[in-house]
Amino acid sequence: MTTIDTPRAGDIAGNPPVGGTGPVDNYLTWTKGALSWIFTLDHKRIGVMYLTGVLVSFLVGGLFALIVRTELIAPGKTFIEPETYNMFFTLHGAVMVFLVIIPSIPASLGNFVLPVMLGAKDVAFPRLNLFSFHLWMIGALFTVLALLLGGFDTGWTFYTPYSTKTDMGGVVPVLFGVFILGFSSIFTGLNFIVTVHKMRPPGMTWFRMPLFLWAIYATALIQILATPVLAITLMLVGLERAFQIGIFDAAMGGDPVLFQHFFWFYSHPAVYIMILPAMGIISDLIAVHSHRHIFGYSFIAYSSVAIAIFSFLVWGHHMFTSGQSALLNTIFSAITFSVAVPSAIKVFNWLATLYKGSIALNTPMLYALGFIFLFTIGGLTGIYLGTLNVDVHLHDTYFVVAHFHYVMMGSALIGFIGGLHHWWPKMFGRMYNETAGRIGFVLVFIGFNVTFFTQFMLGSQGMPRRYYDYKPEFEIYHLISTIGSYIMAAGFFLTAIYLLHSLFRGARAPANPWGGRSLEWQCTSPPPHDNFKVTPSVGDCYDFSVVRWSEEEHGYVIDRSKETDSSSGEGSGH
Amino acid sequence: MSASHASDDHANHGDDQPLVGHLVPMSVLVWTAIALLFLTVVTVAARYVDLGQFNVPLALGIAVLKATLVALFFMHLRWDKPFNQLVFIACIAFVVLLIALTVLDTGQYAPTIYDGNPATVQTTLDEFAPEAPIAQKTGITSPD
Repeated sequence: MTTIDTPRAGDIAGNPPVGGTGPVDNYLTWTKGALSWIFTLDHKRIGVMYLTGVLVSFLVGGLFALIVRTELIAPGKTFIEPETYNMFFTLHGAVMVFLVIIPSIPASLGNFVLPVMLGAKDVAFPRLNLFSFHLWMIGALFTVLALLLGGFDTGWTFYTPYSTKTDMGGVVPVLFGVFILGFSSIFTGLNFIVTVHKMRPPGMTWFRMPLFLWAIYATALIQILATPVLAITLMLVGLERAFQIGIFDAAMGGDPVLFQHFFWFYSHPAVYIMILPAMGIISDLIAVHSHRHIFGYSFIAYSSVAIAIFSFLVWGHHMFTSGQSALLNTIFSAITFSVAVPSAIKVFNWLATLYKGSIALNTPMLYALGFIFLFTIGGLTGIYLGTLNVDVHLHDTYFVVAHFHYVMMGSALIGFIGGLHHWWPKMFGRMYNETAGRIGFVLVFIGFNVTFFTQFMLGSQGMPRRYYDYKPEFEIYHLISTIGSYIMAAGFFLTAIYLLHSLFRGARAPANPWGGRSLEWQCTSPPPHDNFKVTPSVGDCYDFSVVRWSEEEHGYVIDRSKETDSSSGEGSGH
Repeated sequence: MSASHASDDHANHGDDQPLVGHLVPMSVLVWTAIALLFLTVVTVAARYVDLGQFNVPLALGIAVLKATLVALFFMHLRWDKPFNQLVFIACIAFVVLLIALTVLDTGQYAPTIYDGNPATVQTTLDEFAPEAPIAQKTGITSPD
């Protein structure tokens, strides 16, 4: 069993400030000026720029959500017209999916952490990496342009025939924007696959990689296999709008259901582009903050790849009521249940890791525990919706809205925020206020459940999604749900405030504030420009017996003498 | 390390790679090009032969064969690591998955649509798409 020296009560990593000034050589101060950021090839700076873009988009998408929820607080018009409402829920979905969740973990945290975890100086193709960020910016600009050119209200799914018939001027710009964002995603995935294949340090075999890397790798597989299909599909919609070719138009021998097949062939795997990296973060967070070797390493690793493969076989479960044939409905319903197996493997392994661990309820750990709770609800309600006959009743109701928010927001975004808190000290060299962090988590967690659990009840009673108005019997649920969204918003604003505050006033972070064992905790916080002067040695990245608390560092250090002993059994790879 | 090469040293991982990769003899390239041109002629020619429902699979089959030739010889996959060949085959498999399940679905539900409202479908097809492939597929022929 793993033992660990833990800090005494009251000891908080990085507090008080140590040494006065931090390390001079770090990636933040390496070169100066805006251009040194915009045209940087440093994966860490690209990660930070992605992070900034994603967080700004999250703020915008969140404000759209608050507008939608506020309009729905009572039946009838509250403060915006129905057409405006349609645009806001469409924008909320499109921004949150394409600009926030999909790039959130791989492109921001992944870019920052992946090469450092590998002990490498950078990703395999630094210029491609920068190009993918520039593409992301251009895609985001097209989304803004779409707003200026008249907006769009197609829903984030762009279903035909509406998307090919509506005369709103923003449809084509946003289709083009998402097309470009897709390429950004493909390039990031390609870069990560090559980096993991080619740049692992000596001794780091596939089954010695941190589980976050397995998850990012599985995600990258989906990104490069599925995203081109989205690009082609959106291009077809654009061509159909411009030239009335008759691909999706039944009146011209086309088929609107074909659009849904093409769209969901990407967009269902895209759900796993969102959730898989979050699962990878949770695997690392649970192990590090309970100071215990991850339970069932290879099962978690294989289950990531299994989820990536299954993700391509279940797209039709979005189409049970679309006119899809009974044969395909049956096939897709049956295969959908199989996704429960690798998902459950992960959840049970995380719970087993917690057992007899030395659990530290730091803010990242709170988010990790919140993830397990919310993902379990999100996953289990997915089984309701995967069941053919139940789905016919629940399709296009708030039950679906609640289910995918539990998975997309309660799991993917909560995982992202947990990871952000986990690696924040590493990224910026500053500790945030733990108490504020915990209060922020509690607000977000309570607010989330008040908002979305209510929507399960709304949906099961028949409240359709995307509606502007509703019957009086739904009012109480909508009211509660809207209040929940305000609580959640308060939590996120608090989080933004203490994170920004930490950048200027936070205590200096030690190299290893949480007791992590993987390579990113072995360089200074923030990391130097080159990450490591020499490629570090690689041991078992979940063997916490060699990690001990150091008073003078106010953080954890790796006990090299113990490492030699422990690695004799498990091997350090050298 | 000096600041002068600060922004460049991240980009120089690939400098120890050889400048020229694997070389393919010119004759192989020429023969591949001839094969591709020949298959293009076959594709066009096949359009004039009525094979019923086998026209589309034939055209797709030739397209896959041509893509395979390009990948094997022009893109050097023939001499590459088996893993990269596996990646190529996996990609083809995913395309087949998408097309096969979608076409299977269309084939399954198309008759139910026509059974449900044959008159509407017939009128619409006559008016807008007298030569739509979907009409021929389900056995409904429009009067010329």
